[in-house]
Amino acid sequence: MHRFAIRRAGRLLVSLWVVITAAFGMIHLIPGDPVRAALGPTAPAELVQARRAALGLDDPLWLQYLNYLHHLVTGEFGSSTLSGLPVAQVISDRLPATIELALASFVLAILISVPLGLAMAVATRNGRRRPAELAFTSASAVLAALPEFLVAVGLVYVFSVTLGWAPVAGRSGPDSYVLPVIALAIGPAAVLARIVRVETLAVLQADYIRTARAKRLPSRLIYLRHALPNALTATITLGGLILGGLIAGTVLVENVFAWPGLGSTIVSSILAKDYPVVQGIVLIYGIGVLLINLVVDIALALLDPRSTIRKS
Amino acid sequence: MSRVFRSPVGVSAAALLAAVLLLAVFAPVLWADRAATIDTTQILQGQSAQHWAGTDSLGRDIFFRVLVATRLSVQLAIMATAVGVLIGLLLGAAPLLIGARAGRWVTAAVNIAVAFPGLLLALFFAVIFGVGMRGAVLAIGFAVAPSFARLTHTLVSTVADRDYVHAARIAGVGRLRVLARHVLPNVGEPLVVNATVAAGGALLAFAGLSFLGLGVQAPQYDWGRLLGEGLNGIYVHPLAALAPGIAVVVAGLAFSLFGEAAARAIGLRTVLSREPAATSQPEPAQPMSAADVVLAVERLRISFGPVSPVRDVGFTVGRGESVGIVGESGSGKSLTALAIAQLIEEPGRVSADRIEFLGQDLRSAKEHRRLLGLSLAMVFQDPMTSLNPTHRVGRQLAEVAEQHQGLGRAQALARAVDRLRAVHLTEPERRARQYPHELSGGMRQRAMIGMGLMGSPALIIADEPTTALDVTVQAQVLALLQEIRASDGVALMLISHDISVVRQVCDRVLVMYAGRIVEDLRTADLAAARHPYTRALLAAVPDLDTDRGKPLTVIPGRAADPAQLPPGCAFAPRCPLADSACVASDPPLAVDPGGHRVACWHADREVSR
Ligand code: SF4
Repeated sequence: MHRFAIRRAGRLLVSLWVVITAAFGMIHLIPGDPVRAALGPTAPAELVQARRAALGLDDPLWLQYLNYLHHLVTGEFGSSTLSGLPVAQVISDRLPATIELALASFVLAILISVPLGLAMAVATRNGRRRPAELAFTSASAVLAALPEFLVAVGLVYVFSVTLGWAPVAGRSGPDSYVLPVIALAIGPAAVLARIVRVETLAVLQADYIRTARAKRLPSRLIYLRHALPNALTATITLGGLILGGLIAGTVLVENVFAWPGLGSTIVSSILAKDYPVVQGIVLIYGIGVLLINLVVDIALALLDPRSTIRKS
Repeated sequence: MSRVFRSPVGVSAAALLAAVLLLAVFAPVLWADRAATIDTTQILQGQSAQHWAGTDSLGRDIFFRVLVATRLSVQLAIMATAVGVLIGLLLGAAPLLIGARAGRWVTAAVNIAVAFPGLLLALFFAVIFGVGMRGAVLAIGFAVAPSFARLTHTLVSTVADRDYVHAARIAGVGRLRVLARHVLPNVGEPLVVNATVAAGGALLAFAGLSFLGLGVQAPQYDWGRLLGEGLNGIYVHPLAALAPGIAVVVAGLAFSLFGEAAARAIGLRTVLSREPAATSQPEPAQPMSAADVVLAVERLRISFGPVSPVRDVGFTVGRGESVGIVGESGSGKSLTALAIAQLIEEPGRVSADRIEFLGQDLRSAKEHRRLLGLSLAMVFQDPMTSLNPTHRVGRQLAEVAEQHQGLGRAQALARAVDRLRAVHLTEPERRARQYPHELSGGMRQRAMIGMGLMGSPALIIADEPTTALDVTVQAQVLALLQEIRASDGVALMLISHDISVVRQVCDRVLVMYAGRIVEDLRTADLAAARHPYTRALLAAVPDLDTDRGKPLTVIPGRAADPAQLPPGCAFAPRCPLADSACVASDPPLAVDPGGHRVACWHADREVSR
């Protein structure tokens, strides 16, 4: 277990370094002069020069890199070229809204998908109830294929425009959460439910399920105690990817609902060429994904005693 | 690929895809003008006979704009996919192209990148490549690349070690040419299939970027852009947002479904089955005084659809008796055991004139959960897979006592430890706290047996209990089973493909072939076995007298397939004594005064070998 922790921490550090370097490198990979691009072709050359100097863009690359690392350690992300606000403040203003959205959607997706997938697996095992199986697989395939922002648009149309049940945009009061959270959760819930079903079907074929039946345990215990934990180990691996994807989904859904989170901010900043803000948010997203992967691996190690991660 | 068209999903996906592609080609030619016509008298109109999906803020027809946008949307998606596949190919084949050592770095980088969701990568690259069409194509291309790199890597490494690739490299063929000539053709099919699925994803992603304003810029328009423009006015004019949204979904599905149908078609397989020939009359099991009978089975039949892998099986097991069931795999011996234990699941069907365990009719609707849970112990072949990997060994045993004996958690666990001790596990307290994978194979099988001893079993059914174990451990496990049987008067049903194992342990042997019992005799009488199949099994066992220099005798021919049984005696195709009588009808299981049962027309003839 200690070995696992050390190795995993090592991998986290390497990935973290890659993410930081990518965020740093991003600005330097932009063809042309990002400052000129941000200020527009009509800006006077002195202003561009002064801004370049202020951003340290004229220093040698290695020095800029060291400065960047140093600033990160001190929590200094630079400031927005547009509003002049410190990037750290922009992020701390916007981050909670995004985290709320992502977490609420993830929880909803889990609450829907695990019981649904398990129930479908039990109901359709060994080729029973073919029609139900077909309905489930096709419906979930379509839902899984729909991109979040289209779901969001559809939800807005049905529930805000037609029925007038939910506000169309913004983040004010509990009912403003309903549509964005559902829009984000539907796709992952469909994917996860499919995975849970397939994994459970595989697990139900396992010898230890036959053993559990040979022990004459009630079905409830066979499915919940013996099948579910095994089905979940595979589900968690993919669930982590899905949670990561959920972060990406927030970008689009926030824009549909004008949700004041990181996603709407990064898009407007990209369009305004406000690179310090973009850089800061990219870094946050990157770290977010890394943290999710870490949590997934820990969950796996705890749930699956054989876990290869734990052993190696 | 033609196999795609055999499934209804494949056909409809192909039709849908064809329609999308046709639209992409012809819509701009046909309707570009109508889509561009500005009509300031018709601004933001709802749907009408003239404008099926209404008009936008300049009075342009949205329906035609959506149709015309097909080309750009599809084109951009395909371009982005092409970029992604190309980069992915190069990255994935890196170990082949630039050598294993440098390639490992590329692979590591790819592995890190794959962990990030595609859209985040696309945003990242969109910053670098700039806002606009070209930037978005590159951004999405780079974002799909890592998953293609990984796919290519996996595919290539399965091919790269093949002889012809080595040969080509030794012959000094350039690396890119090796990749193009020898590797790609072999991994092409899965790559193309995945690229088709990915094109669907790219279409959706592009719509997303354009929707955010990062992709296609005005005055050009694709579906994403139309959607973004339409969303602003969704209260007044919802169709302006819905129409392009529906187009994106349909087109994206067309690509993905077609790709998935193609993927499935590549791995397609069909199963043919046939109604087996009718079987002969049933034979009565030998009589035995009722009190001594632990298990009585008559005319047991197990069917899966039209196939019946077990037919007309009948036998009894007396108290403390040990009966072996021998046969090749597919003979129905394991199914018979499962049927007795009421463990056959749908779609399997069990019918019998009688399945009586300790005087209880197991066929009755009433569940015999407690009776079976406490009195019938099952030991399966592979103790590694038969124990639940996510639970501690002790808990798995304790469950039985909690369930059927009403013990509390602690008491049940104490009983489990006691049972583990009874099967001679060292340090039973510690073993109880361990997970199955922490035990050796022999220990696991002992734990399985201990699980059966949680109640007070009258019968242990052991299905190939030693097959998965090391030779040295096999003997110990058999000895343990013997010991339990001797000390507690427990009956044992030992199922094995190995007649020598059964001979060591059992009082009686049932020989099964093609779902029937073909011979039932005392182990002591095996030397006088009368069925040609039993004799063949015995001859295949090497004993001390066998000349080790000679090759092992094997039974010629293939084991009977229950789905395709020959008429008459199922063993006839492999039987040295077979004649026209054997092919004409199935021999009944006839019993002699000594209780020896055999099903063969020529049971008394010598087999000449
Ligand atoms: S009945 Fe005929 S074919 Fe069948 S085992 Fe006997 S001799 Fe062989």
